[in-house]
Amino acid sequence: MEKHEWPLWEVFIRSKQGLDHKHMGSLHATDAQMAIENARDVYTRRMEGVSIWVVESKSIHASSPEESASFFDPASDKVYRHPTFYDLPDQLKHM
Amino acid sequence: MVANKDLLFYLIHLADNALVAGHRNSEWTGHGPILEQDIALSNIALDLIGQSRNFYQYAAEISADGSTEDSLAYLRDARAYENCLLVEQPKGDWACTIAKQFFFSTYQYYLYQHLQQSRDATIAAIAEKSVKEVAYHLRWSGEWMIRLGDGTDESHVRMQQAIDSLWPFTGELFIGADYELNLAKVNISVDPSILLTQFNNKINSVLNEATLNLPANVWMQTGGKHGVHSEHLGYLLAEMQFLQRAYPGATW
Repeated sequence: MEKHEWPLWEVFIRSKQGLDHKHMGSLHATDAQMAIENARDVYTRRMEGVSIWVVESKSIHASSPEESASFFDPASDKVYRHPTFYDLPDQLKHM
Repeated sequence: MVANKDLLFYLIHLADNALVAGHRNSEWTGHGPILEQDIALSNIALDLIGQSRNFYQYAAEISADGSTEDSLAYLRDARAYENCLLVEQPKGDWACTIAKQFFFSTYQYYLYQHLQQSRDATIAAIAEKSVKEVAYHLRWSGEWMIRLGDGTDESHVRMQQAIDSLWPFTGELFIGADYELNLAKVNISVDPSILLTQFNNKINSVLNEATLNLPANVWMQTGGKHGVHSEHLGYLLAEMQFLQRAYPGATW
């Protein structure tokens, strides 16, 4: 069936409260225009969002799980990298 | 003074159009060609059924004869239905469903745009809410017209066949029934003939992009607005009304 040839897209939605687009899931569509319309129908029907991004899944390059030890473990004992030693002024939002 | 009867007829007409169109689309639920489009069409079905409920509720209110939105939807026979013939046509293949939705949404879009200025505040409010939904239905169906018309050889042929078979049911949309024209005189409804130019312009611009053509010299079918329907409506109502007919007053 032809439908299995439709490319996969990742959907990111910005909710009313949020500033960032969050990954919601994926769907099939023939092109970006249809992917946005499908995302509207599949992922925003319960008022989840005010903005949609779609990215073709093949365009996303991911880190490899096998490399996670060398990638992420070295950071675990370097607590001084966290900005927790600073006092933030009240005026500073969205941190 | 506007006869209440005209208003009642008109509300039922608007409601029946939306209900029958919505019910036809709901026949695709669980059977769509792909999950995403199944949901898209089900959303459109729900929008339309929601519109019909608004009109039925208002009709029940002014009828003051004990009618409810449910009795109006489930307990009238085909002869009492005033929907246009276009919406009762079978769902057919995907091309038929798309062409039908595109023609109907184009009509509904311009109709609701005008009804927003209706002197009847309830009709104006329903139109204002609904026109946003219909704008999306129009965009969605128009995109599909272009995709399929300007797609593969087979999709082009099927789309053209759908247009040829459904176009004869569009003429009726623009011929005002007596209740429509009476209410148009007092700015409650719209004389639908004034929508024809906008309708044709929109249809032509999309069909042009879709490399599709309208059939020439077509005999236009009429009758729906006065309750004279094609055979298809009876089957649709038989299925839709079965539960309330077999188990009167059933709820769940």
